[in-house]
Amino acid sequence: MKVTKEDFENVANLSRLSIPDSQTEAYLSQMDAILSYMDNLSEVDTEKVKPTTYALPMENVFRADEVRPSLPRELALSNAPLQEDGYFKVPRVLEE
Amino acid sequence: MKLYEKTAHELHDLLTAKEITATELAEDVFSRVDAVEGEVQAYLTLTRDEALEQAKTVDARIAKGEKLPFLAGIPGAIKDNICTKGTRTTCASKILEHFVPPYDAAVMEKLAKESPVLVGKANLDEFAMGGSTENSAYQKTHNPHDLSKVPGGSSGGSAAAVAAGTAIWALGSDTGGSIRQPASFCGIVGLKPTYGRVSRYGLVAYASSLDQIGPLTRDVRDAANLMNIIAGHDPMDSTSSSAAVPDYTKALTGDVKGLKIGLPKEYFVEGLDSEVETAVRKAVEDFRAMGAEMKEITLPHTKYAISTYYLIAPAEAATNLERYDGVSYGERIDGADLVEMMTNTRTELFGEEVKRRIMIGNYALSAGYYDAYYLKALKVRTLIQQDYMEAFKSVDVILAPTAPTPAFGIGEMVSDPLKMYLQDVCTVPLNLAGIPGLTLPCGVSSAGLPIGLQIIGKPLGEETILGAAYAYEESHDYKNKIAAVGGEKA
Amino acid sequence: MKYEAVIGLEIHCELKTKTKIFCGCATGFGAEQNTHVCPVCLGLPGVLPTINRRVVEFGIKAGLATNCTINKYSKFDRKNYYYPDLPKNWQTSQYDLPIAEHGWVDIDVEGEKKRIRLTRIHMEEDAGKLVHSGNTIKDSASSNVDYNRTGVPLLEIVSEPDLRSAEEARAYMEKIKAIMEYIDVSNCRMEEGNLRADINVSLRPVGTTELGTRTEMKNINSFKSLVEAIEYEIERQTEVLEDGGHIIQETRTFDPARGITLSMRSKENAHDYRYMPEPDLPPIVTTEEEIEKFRSELPELPDARRARLEKEYGLSDYDAGILTGSRAMAEYFDAVIATGADAKLAANWIMGDLSKNLNAESITIEKSPVEAKRLGEMILLIMKNTISGKIAKKVFQEMWTSKDAPAKIVEDKGLVQITDTAAIEGIVDEVIAKNEKAVADYKGGNKKAIGALVGQVMKGSKGKANPQMVNELLAKKLQ
Repeated sequence: MKVTKEDFENVANLSRLSIPDSQTEAYLSQMDAILSYMDNLSEVDTEKVKPTTYALPMENVFRADEVRPSLPRELALSNAPLQEDGYFKVPRVLEE
Repeated sequence: MKLYEKTAHELHDLLTAKEITATELAEDVFSRVDAVEGEVQAYLTLTRDEALEQAKTVDARIAKGEKLPFLAGIPGAIKDNICTKGTRTTCASKILEHFVPPYDAAVMEKLAKESPVLVGKANLDEFAMGGSTENSAYQKTHNPHDLSKVPGGSSGGSAAAVAAGTAIWALGSDTGGSIRQPASFCGIVGLKPTYGRVSRYGLVAYASSLDQIGPLTRDVRDAANLMNIIAGHDPMDSTSSSAAVPDYTKALTGDVKGLKIGLPKEYFVEGLDSEVETAVRKAVEDFRAMGAEMKEITLPHTKYAISTYYLIAPAEAATNLERYDGVSYGERIDGADLVEMMTNTRTELFGEEVKRRIMIGNYALSAGYYDAYYLKALKVRTLIQQDYMEAFKSVDVILAPTAPTPAFGIGEMVSDPLKMYLQDVCTVPLNLAGIPGLTLPCGVSSAGLPIGLQIIGKPLGEETILGAAYAYEESHDYKNKIAAVGGEKA
Repeated sequence: MKYEAVIGLEIHCELKTKTKIFCGCATGFGAEQNTHVCPVCLGLPGVLPTINRRVVEFGIKAGLATNCTINKYSKFDRKNYYYPDLPKNWQTSQYDLPIAEHGWVDIDVEGEKKRIRLTRIHMEEDAGKLVHSGNTIKDSASSNVDYNRTGVPLLEIVSEPDLRSAEEARAYMEKIKAIMEYIDVSNCRMEEGNLRADINVSLRPVGTTELGTRTEMKNINSFKSLVEAIEYEIERQTEVLEDGGHIIQETRTFDPARGITLSMRSKENAHDYRYMPEPDLPPIVTTEEEIEKFRSELPELPDARRARLEKEYGLSDYDAGILTGSRAMAEYFDAVIATGADAKLAANWIMGDLSKNLNAESITIEKSPVEAKRLGEMILLIMKNTISGKIAKKVFQEMWTSKDAPAKIVEDKGLVQITDTAAIEGIVDEVIAKNEKAVADYKGGNKKAIGALVGQVMKGSKGKANPQMVNELLAKKLQ
C-alpha cells in the first residue's frame, strides 16, 4: 500500500474529516489505486521545468485603495448557523 | 414546432416580431418542465414565480416598443454552483442546503442586463466534482435521450435541461470537461472559454486555476450570442482577461477554407469507443471536404493529463472547500467543541467523492508529499501547455473526440472512481492549458446516443472554434434535436 | 554554566490603508461588530480576492527602509489552518517569494550599536476576533466571532535570531516602529493592536553556536510585555536547564497581569500549513525602475535624521537618538525649531519638562497639551531674556493647563524678567546689607558664598530678576 494508515489518519485530520473504521479500508484502497496511477508522472523528466500555477500568464492586477460599501450586518449574518448580538456564534474553542 | 424546441435566436426573432409573448414562451417551457422534469430531474430549484414575473416585465418592454437584448424573455437554466442573490445556491451539497447568497455572480449581473427568464438552478455533481451528476446529494439527473443513462457531468442538469426542452440555454462550469462532456452526452453545443475569458466571481470554486463558466446551447449561434453577453474583464476577478470582447457572431461565416486543423494522435487511442472514433473521423473528412487542411500533430504529454489534473484539481479543491466548516454559513452538525463541530459538519454533509478529492488533495499538499505529487503535477502542467503552444504554431484548431464513449449507464461506474476519472482524458488537457474548447454533435451511436466532436482553440481563439463549429453544423443535421424524453415524441 | 539568550521577533504591523488587503471594506478600529464585512472577507462561496495596490507599495517601502532586497517576482500563497477567525480556513500570506528579504536595521543598547538582520517582510491578511463567553478561552462554553478585522492588511517583519536580551528586543521593536512611522505605512498604535510581536526565545551555553530548543510567545502588544515576557522566559528556561531539564518546543502565553508565561498545553501536533500558491491572485512583478522610484521617494529615516540633528544642531548622539526615536517626537522637535527656537534649548525642554509631564499623565506627544508652536514661543521668550529659565518652568506648567500663548501668560501673571539695573541694584543693596556673614565669607575668599546672595536677590525679586545681571551686579558691588 502506498498510503499508510498513519498518512491516512493525518490527512483525514488535515481535512477535518472523520472516516469511520468500517470505511477506512475502502478509502485506502481507492486512494491507493488513484495515487498509484499517478505515479506515471515520475516517468516525466521535469528537472528543468518550471511549475505552472496560473492557467495563463498574467501579473500585477491591482485594485485602487477605495472604500466600497460593506454588507448590511443582517445580510452578513443571514446564513449563520448560529448568531448572537451581531456575532457569529461557535462552540467552545479548545485550541489556539 | 413547440416553442420550447426552438433555439434562443429563433425565439428572440419571434419575440421581436411580436409573434409570441415572453409569457407564452415561459409558460410553454414550464409546461415542458411539468411534463418531463419528473423523469429528467435536471433542476434542484425551480423559480417559476420569478420567471413568470420576469416574462411579464419583458412583455411590457415589448409593448412599449423597446429594442430587446438578445436573451430578453428567453428561458434558461443556471448551474447551481453559480451564486444567485436571493435564490439558494447549493452546489448540490447538503452542506449548502439552505445557503442563499447575499450577492450575485458576475455572470448573473451581466445576464440581468439582458432580462432573461430564469427557469431554475440546475443539478450538478456535488461541488462540480464528477462526470455523471450522480454525485449530487439530492437527485440523479437522467439523460433525456435515454433515461437509463447519465447526462454526463458535472453540468449534467444544465445539459439535460437544454436537451429536454426545459431550458432554451444554460450556463455551466467546466473544470476538467464539465460543460463539454455533458453537452456531448446530451447532444447539444457546449463551450468552455479560455481561462479568464468569463469572470469566475460568484462561481463556487472547485479548482481555481481550472474553473471556467461557459454556455450550453441548442446551436452554435446561441453559444456565440451567449459569449457576447458573459465574456469580458471583471475587476472582481483578477484572473479575468482584459482583452477586448469581439462580436462572436461575426465569426459565423460558414467558411473554413484554408483553416488548418490538427489531429492529435494521442486522442485516438485505446479506450476510445469505435462508434465515437468513426463519427469523429467522419467529421474530420467533412471538414476536409469543406476546404480545411488537415495535419497530424502530436501532444506527447497527453497521457499524463489525468494524473496532473487529478492532483492539481483536488489540491486546489482541498483548500477551496476548507471554508465549509459550519462556522459562519452553511449547515452545521453540532459537536462538543469547535473541532468536533467542524469535523462532524464536514464528515456528515460532504458526499463521498468530495471527501475523496479533499483527502487526495491534502495528501498531495502535505509535508513530505508536496514535491513528489503537487509540485510535480505543476511542472507536468507546464509541459502539457507547451505541447499545445507548439502545436498551435502550425494549426488553427485541433479536432478530437469530446468523450471516449457516448453516455454510460447510471450506476455503471460509481464503484470505481479511477475508471471514472479516466473518462476525462479528452477534456482535462484543455483546462490544464487554459485554452478554449467547444463540443457539438457529430453523430449518433447505434443505441441512439449523441456523439460529440471537440474543437480546440488557441488562447482567446473562441471566434475561430465557433466559426469552424458553425460551418460544420450548417452542413449537417445534428443541431437542436430535442430529446424525446422517455420515448415521448418531441 | 552560563547561558546566552537567542531571540527572534516576528512583528505584525497593520497598514494604514483605507481598505482591506483583498476587498473594498473599510479598515478602522472600533466599528460595531461585523459591519466592515462583505462577501469577499467573509469568505463566502464563489468570491475572489483582489490586491489593494497600496499594500504592495507599503510592502516595498518597508522593505527598502529596512535595507531589504525587493523580490522582483513575488506572489501570494494560501497558509492553511482551521480557526474560526479565519473564514476561509486559510490565511492568504506569502511563502517562498515574499515582497522583501535579507535586510537589516541598527539598534543602540547602552551606547553600543548593533546590527539586527531581517529575514523577510511579507504581506498578509489579518484574522478576525473572537469574543469568549467566559473570562478565558478555556472556561468559555462558546465564543462569538467578529470579522471586521479579517482582511486588514499586515506586514509581517521577521528578524533573524540576532537579539540577545530583552533590552535589545525592545530597542529593535522600537526601531521597527519608528521606521514604519517615518515611512507612514502604519499608525503603529500598539494599544489598538497595530503592532504586535511573536517572540521566539531559546538559550544556549555562552560560546556555542548551535541553537537551543525555542519557545514562542504570540501577540505581545506592548513594550512592557515584550520585556517582561522575554525576561521571564530567560529566567524560566535557565532554571529548567540548570536543573538538568529540557526545554519543550511549545507556544506559551504571556499573562501581563502576573508577568509570567504559561504553557498552552502541548497538544501541538506541529502545524502542517500545506502552503500552496494562491491561484486567484496573479504574481507581483516589480521592475528595477519602480524599485528605484520608491527608494527615491522614501522620507528621511531615523538613523539619517539622527545624524543630521547631531551635525546641524550640535546635539549629542544620545539626545539626537531620543528626539528621532519616534516620528511624532521628531516632528514635534522640528516644529519647535521652526518657530526659531534654539535647538539645544528645544531638546532640553522636550526631553525634560515635556517628557516628564507626558509620562506622568501617560499622554503621547501627538496629544501634548503644550503644542510644539507654543513651546517654541516660550523658548523664544527665554532667548529674548523676557523670562528666565526658572520662570519658564512656571510658564510651562501654566501652558500645560491653559490654551494661552506663553507671552500672554507671562503678561497676565506678571512674570516678565526684571532687566532694569536700578531696580535690581536696589534689591542687591538690600541683600548685601542684610547678609553680613555671607558678604564677609565672600570677601574672605569663599567665592561660593555668592550663591546664597544670588538666591536672596532672586527671592527678593520673586524670581523675576535676570540672573545674569544679578550675578554681575553682586560681583561688582562686593569687589
